[in-house]
Amino acid sequence: MNITEILFWFLSALAIASALMVVLSKNPVHSVLWLIMVFFAISGHYILLNAQFLFIVNLIVYAGAIMVLFLFVIMLMNLNTDTEPQKNKWLKVAGVVAGGCLMLVFVAALKSSGTQQVQMGEGNIGLIENLGKALFNEYVLPFEISSVLFLSAMVGAVVIGKKGD
Amino acid sequence: MPIYNYIYVALTLFCIGVAGVLTRRNAIIIFMCIELMLNAVNLLLVAFSKMHYATAVANAPGTTVGTDAQLFVFFIMVVAAAEVSVGLAIIVMMYRNTHSIDINFLNRLKH
Repeated sequence: MNITEILFWFLSALAIASALMVVLSKNPVHSVLWLIMVFFAISGHYILLNAQFLFIVNLIVYAGAIMVLFLFVIMLMNLNTDTEPQKNKWLKVAGVVAGGCLMLVFVAALKSSGTQQVQMGEGNIGLIENLGKALFNEYVLPFEISSVLFLSAMVGAVVIGKKGD
Repeated sequence: MPIYNYIYVALTLFCIGVAGVLTRRNAIIIFMCIELMLNAVNLLLVAFSKMHYATAVANAPGTTVGTDAQLFVFFIMVVAAAEVSVGLAIIVMMYRNTHSIDINFLNRLKH
């Protein structure tokens, strides 16, 4: 068992345990902090796969920007208390059973998937040079359209969040 | 590392996200579980990209097979950022109207 496999299993266990804690913890602030942990673990996976550009984008955009937005909204609404009264216990059981059934179906469908090897720790397709060239040559139109998407999202957020109408 | 390890890790994360969406009643936590599912898909896309690159580079050195998948992940992140900004604005508006973010109060279509 070399160092790459040890890191893979450690990061996978960290991601899955943190994801469980996101769902299980009562306090929304704790959920946000555990979700940041999941994002760090997935960023570690990107480093193992030598996808350096996605590693840094995942850290900056997800763990940096989006999670701060979540924390900001939670603290703005003063929700950092253990609320959420549990009325119907059977609904929770039904949700967990449904999720487990989905996992069962996926595992049954994918258990005969191939045993091809994933290249770890080398290869230069995940570097900024290659991705930047592809992004600004073949994918320049979707890239520009995504700026329009951001503009419309910004206008939409301002219009929805405006007080009084 | 064989590909099925990545498939099972991403599958587990995705199913935890689905179970979270179905069990929790807090709108913000449901939203966070959706982000969790998006990240599971991103991880699987990058793993498949490196798998196809590993088979292609053995035949033709200098190939750039697998670049598309990593750019798809980039665009998924772009769309997720836009989605979060609008979704959180909707949640703030909902809190302002009902003074709660419990989605059980959003049942006006039933009556």
